[in-house]
Order: sequence, then C-alpha cells, then structure tokens
Amino acid sequence: MAMSKSVRYLIPLVVFAALAGLLVWGLGQDPREVPSPLIGKPVPTFSLPTLEDPNRAFTDADLRGKVSLVNVWASWCSACRAEHQSLMALSEMPGFQLIGLNWKDDAADAKQVLAISGDPYTMVGYDPDNKVGIDWGVYGAPETFVVDRQGIIRYKQIGPIDRKAWEEKLQPLLEKLNAEG
Amino acid sequence: MVPELGHLALILALLIALVQAVFPLAGSLSGNRPWMAMARPLAYGQLTMIAIAFAALTQAFLTSDFSVLYVAENSNSLLPTIYKFSAVWGGHEGSLLLWVLFMACWGAAVAALSRNLPLTVMSRVISVQGMITVGFLLFMLLTSNPFERLFPVPQEGRDLNPLLQDPGLAIHPPMLYMGYVGFSVAFAFALAALIGGRLDAAWARWSRPWTTVAWIFLTIGIMLGSWWSYYELGWGGWWFWDPVENASLMPWLVGTALIHSLAVTEKRGAFKSWTVLLAICAFSLSLLGTFLVRSGVLTSVHAFATDPARGMFILLFLCVVVGGSLALYAWRAPEVSEGGRFDLLSRETSLLANNLLFVAFTVLVLFGTLAPLIYEAFDWGKISVGFPWFNKMFLALAPFMAILLGVGPAVRWKHDEPMRLLRTLWWALALSILVLVVSYLPAFSSGHLWVPVGLALAAWLVLAHVAVVLERLKNKGGLARMGPALLADLRGGGRSFYGMVIAHLGVAVFVVGVTMVSNFQHEEDVRLSPNASYELAGYRFEFLGAEAVPGPNYMAQRGHFKVYRGDRQIANLFPEKRAYLGGGMPMTEAAIDPGLFRDVYVSMGEAVGDKGDWAVRLYYKPFVRWIWLGAILMALGGVVTVSDPRYRMARAPARRPATSSAGGTSAATA
Repeated sequence: MAMSKSVRYLIPLVVFAALAGLLVWGLGQDPREVPSPLIGKPVPTFSLPTLEDPNRAFTDADLRGKVSLVNVWASWCSACRAEHQSLMALSEMPGFQLIGLNWKDDAADAKQVLAISGDPYTMVGYDPDNKVGIDWGVYGAPETFVVDRQGIIRYKQIGPIDRKAWEEKLQPLLEKLNAEG
Repeated sequence: MVPELGHLALILALLIALVQAVFPLAGSLSGNRPWMAMARPLAYGQLTMIAIAFAALTQAFLTSDFSVLYVAENSNSLLPTIYKFSAVWGGHEGSLLLWVLFMACWGAAVAALSRNLPLTVMSRVISVQGMITVGFLLFMLLTSNPFERLFPVPQEGRDLNPLLQDPGLAIHPPMLYMGYVGFSVAFAFALAALIGGRLDAAWARWSRPWTTVAWIFLTIGIMLGSWWSYYELGWGGWWFWDPVENASLMPWLVGTALIHSLAVTEKRGAFKSWTVLLAICAFSLSLLGTFLVRSGVLTSVHAFATDPARGMFILLFLCVVVGGSLALYAWRAPEVSEGGRFDLLSRETSLLANNLLFVAFTVLVLFGTLAPLIYEAFDWGKISVGFPWFNKMFLALAPFMAILLGVGPAVRWKHDEPMRLLRTLWWALALSILVLVVSYLPAFSSGHLWVPVGLALAAWLVLAHVAVVLERLKNKGGLARMGPALLADLRGGGRSFYGMVIAHLGVAVFVVGVTMVSNFQHEEDVRLSPNASYELAGYRFEFLGAEAVPGPNYMAQRGHFKVYRGDRQIANLFPEKRAYLGGGMPMTEAAIDPGLFRDVYVSMGEAVGDKGDWAVRLYYKPFVRWIWLGAILMALGGVVTVSDPRYRMARAPARRPATSSAGGTSAATA
C-alpha cells in the first residue's frame, strides 16, 4: 500500500465520476430502442430444437420468405405472461408469422404455459442455454425482433408489446415490410 | 385559483430554500450569530410553504379539478375518494412534491428537536438540507410543475394507474420517501461535520437517532412494497430484483451498515471517515434510486413515468450533490484522526466485517442493476444478469452475514478472549449444529441443502442472542432476579440493546420465511372448468365459476373458489381479473387466505375457450408472512432503540463521549 493517504480519499469521487459518466451515456439511449448492433443485419445462422419436438430443427431458414415477429419469452418471466394475451390477439392477424424463442427455460414449464393459456406461436425454438440468445443480443425477456422476408433483423422491441408499442412501432413497420414485398 | 396559490407557495419555498442554503452556513463560517439564528425560522417557513402547496394539490384532486394537467392525467371522477387522495403522489410531479414535503418535515424536525446542538452545527445541517431542497424545487418548477393548467378542460380525467389503486401502494411510497429523505439528515450531519472539521463522537451521537428513524421508515417502505407486489402483481413472488426494488434496497443496505458504523464511531471513536463516507453514500444511493426510477435509464415494471429530459436534470443534480460531497470528503477526511485502536477479536472488527459484507452486497446489487448499461457501454454485448444471478449473490453472502450477526453482539469492544466468547456461545453453537443435523435427516428434509442451512442459521441467530441477553442479565444481578433486572434495564439505558436484539431476531424470522417459502412452496398453472377441482400441497381448490362484477371504475371477472383441507372447507376465495375503464392492461387481484404458517393463494389468468374455463394459478406459500414479519421486527427494534433515553435529543445534555469507555449497549461490558 504505497498509496499516499490523501489519494486514498479520492477513490470514492473517482468511482462516482465513472458511474456518472456511464449514466450520462445511458441517458442518451432510449432503453426501449437500444440500437441493437444486429439491426439491418441478417439473423445469425443457428439451429435449435423446437419446444414441441426436440427432434425437429428450427433454423434461420425458417425466418426467410415471410415477415416474422420473433418473441423471446420464458415461463418464469412475469412480463411475458402479461404480454401473452396481446400475443394471442396478434397470432390471429395476417401478414406475419409469430415465432417464439423460449429462452433459459425448462421445457416442461414452458409447454405447460402454452397448454393452459394457449399457444400464439407458429413455431417455438427451445434455447435453454442462451445459445441463440447470446448471438441475437438478448438482454432479457420479453423482447421481440422484427425480421423481414430476406431474414434481416429490422427492429427490436425491448419489453412487452403493449398497445403503444404496437400502434406506434410494430404495426407501421409490419405494414411497410409487407408493402416492400 | 387554488392551484395558482400552490404554485406560488412552491416559488416562495424555493426562495426560502435559497436563503436557507446560503445564510446559516455563511453565518457559521464567519461567526455571524443572527445569520445562524435564521436557520430555525427558515426551516419552519419552508415546511409551511410546501404544506400549502401540497394542500392545494390535494384539494385539486379531491374536487376533481381536471383543469390541472396532473390531476387530469392521474385521476378520474369515478375514482374512490381514498385513491383520489393517494393519487396526489401517484405520478411523477406529485411524488416529487411528496418528497420535498418530507424533506421540509425532516428539516423542521431537526430545527425543533436540536435545542442542545451547537448553533454552528445546527445551522450547517439546515443549510445543507436547504441546498438539497433548492435542487428538488428547481427540478419541479422547471420540468415537473404539478400545477400546470390544461386548456381546454377535459370532461373526465384519465384515471390513476390501476396498479396503484390499492391500499398497500397508497402508503408504500410515503414510507419509502420518508426513508430516502430521512437519510438526507444523516448526510447533512456528515457534511456539516466535514465542513467544520469536527468528526467526533458527538457528531455520531447526534446522527444516530435520525439515521435510525430514517432506516425504520425505509424498512417499512420496502416491506410494504414487497407485500404489495406479492398480492397485487399476482405472480406470488415477494422480491423480483427489479431495478426499482434494487434502488430502494441499496440505500437500505448502506443505511444498515451506517447504523452499525455509527455505533462504533460513537462508542470508540473509530471508523470516523468511513462512517462519513457511508452517510454520504446512503443518501447518494437514495438520489440515484430516484434518478433510475425517473429517468428511464433502466426499464422496470414499476417505473410509471420516464422522461430523458428530467433524467438529465436529476443527473446534473446528482453530480452536484454527490460529486460535491465526495470532493469535500476527499479534501477534509484525510485530516481526520482514526482514533480507537482495537484487536483482531473485538466488537470493532466484527462490525467492520458487517460493514464490508453490506457494502459488498450493495456493490453487487448496483452492478447487477446497471449491468445492461455497463455491458452495452463497453460493447461486451452478452449479458445475463437476472433473477438467478441476484439470488446466487445473495445466497453467497447471506450465510456469512448471519453467522457474524450471531457472534458480533457477544464480542467485547476493543479486545476479547476466544475462550470467553466460546463460554458464552458454546451451547448456542451446539444447538444450532443439532438443528442443522436433524433438519438434514431424510425424515425432515426433502433433499434441499438450503433448508437445514437456513434453519440452522436462524436457530443460531436466536440462540446466540438469547445467550447474549442472559449474560447481560447475569451481570446485572444474577439470573434469579432476571425479571426485575430486565424491567430496570428497559426503563434505563438498555433499550438500545434490546432494540438491537429485536431487530436481529427479525433477521432470524426473515431467514426462516425465505428458507421455507423458497424450498417448500408449490405453484401450479392449471386450467379449470366450472365445478372442477385441483389438489395442491394437500389443499383442494374447487372452482365454482367466474362471473362479471362491475366495480366503481372497472369491470371485473370474479372467480369463486372453495378451498378444502381434507373434508373441511377452510376458505372462500374470490380472485378477480379487472379491466379498468381508463384502459391499460387488465389487472389481477389475487385472492389469498393468509396464515402465520402458510398462505393459500389463487390468481386468475385468463378465460380459455367458451365453456367458462379459466387458466388459473394456484399457490401454496409456507411461512411467507415471516418474511414481512421479520422486516416488521427489524423496524420495531429500531423504534425501541430510538426510544432509549440516551437519545432524547431535546433535553439530555450531550455527554462528553468518545473517552467514556464502552458502557450502555454492550452486553459483555458491565
């Protein structure tokens, strides 16, 4: 400990300055619109078993040719449960496929949620070890990625899809993507 | 007219705060007594103005004056009166007003109860509080004026966030804010001491009761928040490690460390600069919590108003307050002598270890809360700090805290002998190990390793404190006259000791609750048709169907469940799913049959199919009440401690401390 005594008392100030710098930076970011580095890029290649059938593969090819909403969820995630009813409504709408990515979850728990409350998804990938989640830059559930027909990630919604997010962001974007053909 | 009066009162309050921030402090530095004497009247004037503003806003809510924007956004003519009242702090602007109201209350309390404080100290404390109040009032008047008018006047208000239409949440924020703001007193005392260069035991003695009272409020506030999220969010959990919850937990953790560190500074004159740093951190974390909740830097289920522009202001304010006080610390603290030498086995060491554990846990919680931000800033990209991570960290530290908590009160100040300590505690240790072994036996345990560990730790906490109390009473007149000795102790200066014991027993109760509910709870998602039954953990839930029931400002689907234990019906439960007319997500009102040893809990999921089936969640929660009971005991311990005659600030003249060796609260010395 060669540090002089008065320098030691500066440590709290320095730590705080670093923290403040982080917060200033964070303030510039809208947490619901974190610019994922993946936006505008094709989805990373992956292959996962599906939740329903471990022998069936769910890959990036399944996201091509159709506009997709990829919803990251888990049975332990309370906000996902709050979102579930909106997803059920979305699943009836035309123009896109709703894909689930079951994340850091237990297959039995996840299946039970779908069995009881209804399954809004066309297909559910099962990612218990955060393999695909890491590549996609998933922070937490729920998150929803919008993927266009060419398999390019166009938008990421962090947090549940509520009415505001749907009306202001997702719906216009989906209309645009469908118009692009 | 009345809202304009409220607005005017806020402006006057700002002017008073400016005077308050400058003159008493300047007077204390230049020896100008009339300027110092201004401190008290200014503090009372501050409270008067803010109380007028608060009353004006309350009146606007009670009369449903939708010409006031804030009222139109947070109330509705259909809202029940009690919630019209609590809606005053249901949104951003009003909760700030509540914050400054409490700030003014604490300021006035310091002014009224500090008759024996040196005038210089009192005026500095009031000035520091004035500075903080200036920041908050500027923030309100510039970015978040609760009295802003709305034109044209809407016919109807938008309604209070349905999540907040609940008695628990009506009182949760006030308690929490009392705690947050209360730490400003400890902060102001610390800064006053740094400014004056007098960091002595007298300062610690003056700060202690204020800090403890703030801590009591914060404890109750957090407990209410936990209890509220348990029954209102309908997920059956009692803690979610959500950023907003963490924001309240961090000041609590540091505040707890501060209470203990203040004890050392008062009794032994040691840890002075460390204690000051904790006092600064406790309040800084309160401010940081406000920033995190209000700025939208982190999203959370609880954050109901986020706005980056406001965030910028709070951040600037945070930098001025925290940066300024830490700079002052860096400048003045090196001059402070670190008095009071102590040996490795001593009360001082154990309290230092306690402090380090609490601070380590705070740092972990801070890191976990900010992790998404940190990872993104450095473009590390991959992050999974969530519920399991926090639980792991908590479980890694908690056992050490609990073991230490049993040892600490039994150790003597300054120096102790291992053999003496063992003589006091050996039977407590032996019985705890017995609990560990017995609860590990297959007959009792269900294979969870944490169950025996948790129960043994709780037993250790209880027994070690029993041992400490017995020893104290033995020294006070022998076990034969235990009753009279106890009574005399409680009348005299022993209350802070018994307060400590009660608070620590609260920790034991909390540990039992957490252990049992985490390892033995059952929950099940099921789909039930009308008149169908489901059995969970020995309870049979019979679903009689759901019907539509209108509420004052919502439409509810109310389910009816009969709960049987064997053949005996033990409860009728009516969980609801509510759609509020004001819109938004449907709300779940769980129905709970509470008990000291178990809760039975039903929450409605959603209607499935068209035959009246419902997806419902059934819970069996053993000992869940003990979690909150533990917190209540901790707070009660604080209350008993503060009632100790030694802290009657208004009358008792301040003893010459520091040199007076450890008397009073130590069980071992006597």
